[in-house]
Amino acid sequence: MATTTQEVSKHQIDQLIEEYGYDDHFHEHHHEGDKYQSGFIQKYIFSQDHKMIARQFLITGMIWGILGGLMSLIFRLQLGFPEENMAWLKPLLGKWIIINDGVGTLDPEFYYALVTIHGTVIVFFVLTAGLSGTFSNLLIPLQIGARDMASPFLNMLSYWFFFLASVVMFVSLFLSTGPFAGGWVAYPPLSALPEASSGSGAGMTLWLISLVLFVVSVLLGGINYITTVLNLRTKGMNMWRLPLTIWSFFITAIIGLLSFPVAAAGFFLLMFDRMLGTSFYLNEIFINGHALDRVGGSPILYQHLFWFLGHPEVYIIILPAMGLVSEVMSTHARKPIFGYKAMVYSIASIGFLSFLVWAHHMYVAGINPFIANFFIIFTLIIAVPSAVKVFNWITTIYGSSYRFNAASMFAVGFVSMFISGGLTGIFLGNAVLDIPLHDTYFVVAHFHVVMGVAAFFGMFAGIYHWYPKMFGRFMDESLGKLHFWGTLIGAYAVFIPMHYIGMAGVARRYYKFDSFDAFSHFAGINKFITIAAIVTFVFQLIFVINFFYSIWKGRKMTSRNPWGSTTLEWTTPIHAGHGNWPGKLPAVQRWPYDYTKNGRDFIPQIEPQSEAEKDEFH
Amino acid sequence: MVTTIKNTEADSAARLFQAKRFALWIGIAGMMMVFTSLTSAYIVRKAAGNWLEFKLPDIFFYNALLAMASSVVLQASYAAFKRGKFALYKSLLALTLLMGVAFLVGQYAGWMQLTDMGIFLQGNPSGSFVFVLSGLHALHLLVGLTSLSVALFQALSLPDRLTERRKFRFGLTLTFWHFLTFLWVYLMALWMYLA
Repeated sequence: MATTTQEVSKHQIDQLIEEYGYDDHFHEHHHEGDKYQSGFIQKYIFSQDHKMIARQFLITGMIWGILGGLMSLIFRLQLGFPEENMAWLKPLLGKWIIINDGVGTLDPEFYYALVTIHGTVIVFFVLTAGLSGTFSNLLIPLQIGARDMASPFLNMLSYWFFFLASVVMFVSLFLSTGPFAGGWVAYPPLSALPEASSGSGAGMTLWLISLVLFVVSVLLGGINYITTVLNLRTKGMNMWRLPLTIWSFFITAIIGLLSFPVAAAGFFLLMFDRMLGTSFYLNEIFINGHALDRVGGSPILYQHLFWFLGHPEVYIIILPAMGLVSEVMSTHARKPIFGYKAMVYSIASIGFLSFLVWAHHMYVAGINPFIANFFIIFTLIIAVPSAVKVFNWITTIYGSSYRFNAASMFAVGFVSMFISGGLTGIFLGNAVLDIPLHDTYFVVAHFHVVMGVAAFFGMFAGIYHWYPKMFGRFMDESLGKLHFWGTLIGAYAVFIPMHYIGMAGVARRYYKFDSFDAFSHFAGINKFITIAAIVTFVFQLIFVINFFYSIWKGRKMTSRNPWGSTTLEWTTPIHAGHGNWPGKLPAVQRWPYDYTKNGRDFIPQIEPQSEAEKDEFH
Repeated sequence: MVTTIKNTEADSAARLFQAKRFALWIGIAGMMMVFTSLTSAYIVRKAAGNWLEFKLPDIFFYNALLAMASSVVLQASYAAFKRGKFALYKSLLALTLLMGVAFLVGQYAGWMQLTDMGIFLQGNPSGSFVFVLSGLHALHLLVGLTSLSVALFQALSLPDRLTERRKFRFGLTLTFWHFLTFLWVYLMALWMYLA
C-alpha cells in the first residue's frame, strides 16, 4: 500500500469536524450501550446498525456465490466431459447421479435445475443483495454523513427477508422432486403447471416464495436508501457533492423500487395460475396427451412483466459496480474523476433508458417486429451513456501515476470486461442478429461478461478497497493480486471461446449434443471452457480464504485514511460505533474529488475552501 | 400544546420524521407500481379479445363512496387531534375503523355477488382480474386497518396529550388511508372507463 505524504492526521480530522461540524445532539440520547450494541444478539444477529447489516449482506452473498459457482462447475463438467463417469459425485448429489453399468451420469432434470438455481442465486442473491445490499448499507450513511439509515429497523428487516428468501431457496435444493428447473426467468407454462416437470412442483413453489420474500427485502432496502440519500445528508452535502458511489446506489434504488413491484405482480399472477386455477398465462395446452381446460391467458404477458424487472435488474447489478469503480479509480489514480457531472447524467440516463428496452429479451418470443424496432433503438441508445462512462474512466487513469493494488486492478479489470461485454451487446440489441444468435452460447457469453464477471470485478474492487472500513484490517495484497490475474485470465479463457462456439451456432440449454453430429467438433473447446472455469473457481477460493483469514489475522489498520481518500467514511474512528462519529457530524465543504490539487495530494471533503477556490466551479 | 422547534435536538427529530414520511411516500410509489403494471396487463389482455364482459356489482360503487367518506372522517379526526379536541378525535377515529371494516364486508358481499353471477376467480381472465385487483386492494386495506387499530388503541390508552411524535404517527396513518381510498376510486374509475 502506498502511503500518502501529506496525509491529514487524525488530530486534524477531529479538529475540522469539531470546528465546522454539525451538532445533532446525537450522543445526548440513550444511544450508547442501547439496543444497537448491547448484547451479542443485538450486535451481531438482529443488528440495526448499517455497518453490521452491510457485513451480513456481504457474507450471505459470498456463501451463495460459492454455492452458485459450484453449481456451474457441475453442469460445466457435464458439458465438457459428457462421457466421463460422474459416479464420484454420488455422495454429494445422491439420486441425481444415475449409475448404469458402473458409469454415473448426471440426471438431465437436475442439470436444468442446476442451471436455473445458478442463474437465480447469482443474479438476485449475490449480485443484487451481496453487491448493492452490502455497499449501499455500508457507504450511504458513511459517505453522506448520516448517523444511520432513515429507518434502521426496516433496514434490519430488509436483511432478514433476504435471509428467509435464502433459506427457502436452500431448502428447495433438497426436495425429492428437485428444485425448479425451468430457467431463472421462470417462464410459464413450465413454471405455471406443477405437473409440467418434476421441478415445477414443490421446487417452483419454494422458488416463488423465495423470490417474493426477496422482492420485499429489496423494496425495504431501497425505500431506506432513497429516503436516506434525499433527507439525511449532512450540512453542506448537496447533491453535486455526492460521491459517484452514492449517485449510483441512489439511482439503483429508484430503479429497484419501480421495477421489482412489477415482477412481484407477475409472480402474484403466476401463483394464482399455479394454485387457484386461473388462466392468466395459460392457453390451450396439452399435457400428457390431454387438453387442459385453461384458456384465455397469454404466456407472453408473463414475459413482459418479468422483463420489465429483468432488464432494469441488469442495471441494478451493474450501476453499483460502476459507482464503486469510479470511486476506487479516482482515489488510486490520485486524480479527480473525469467528467463528474457527465458521470451523474450517464447514470441517470441509463436508469431511465433501462425501462424502455425490456422487450429486447423477447425478439424470438413472437413479438411484433415493428414494436421490436422501438426496443432496438432504445437499446442501442444505452450505448451512448455507457460509452461516456467508459471514456471517463479511461481518461481518469490516463496519464496518472496509478497505484496498482488489488482494488485498483479490479477496477481496471471491470472496465475491460464492461467494454468486451458491451460490444457484443450492440450485436444482440439488433433483432436481426439476435434472432439467429439468441439461443446460442453467444448470448450466454455476452451477459456473463457484461453483467456477471464485470459486476464481480466491481464488487471485488469495492471489497478490497473498503475492507479496512468494514473490518479494521487489510486483506493480503499479494493474494489479492494473484486473485485478480487468475480471475481476469480465467474469465476471458472461459468466455472468449464461448462467444466463438455461439457464433458457430452451438445451442444453449442443451444437456448433451449426442443426438446429432453438427457440433461434435466443438467438444475440445467445451473441454477447454470447463477446465478454465474450474481454474477460475479455484482462484475465487484464494479470495475467500484471504477474506476470512484477514478478518482475524489481517494487517491492522493503523491510520484512519489509508488510501488518502477525500470522502467522509475515512474520517470516522477505525472502529466506529453506532452513530459513526463520536461527536459532531462532519460538515462538507467541497466536492469529493479534490486529488492532486494546489500542490497537495488530496483535500478531504471536510476542509473549508480557500477564498481562491470559492470562485471556482465546485 | 404544539411544541415549536427551537433547538437543534428537536430539529434532528423533525428531520427524521420528515425522512420517514418521505419513506412512506416512496413505499406508496412502489405499491402503485404493482397496480400500474396490473392495469397495463389488464388493458393489453382486454384488447387481445376473447374477453367476457359483465357488469360489476353495485356494492363496489357504493364502497367507493364509503371509502371517500372514511377519508374525510379520518381527516376530520386528525384536525380535531391537532386542535386538542380529544373526545371528537377518538370518536372519529373509531368511526373510520368501523367504516373500514364495513368496506371490507361490502367487498366480500361484492365477491359473493360475482360468483352468483357465474363470474369466478377461474375462467375468463376478465373475471380473474377483478378478483385479483380487488383482492390485492383488500390485502393493502388489512394493513390500513391494522394501523388504524393501533392508532385507536393508543388514542384510548395514552393520556390526552398532543406531541410531535403522535402527530407524526397519525400523519402516516392518514396518508396511507387516503392512499387506500385513492386506490379503490382509481380501480373503479378504470373499470368504468374501460366498460
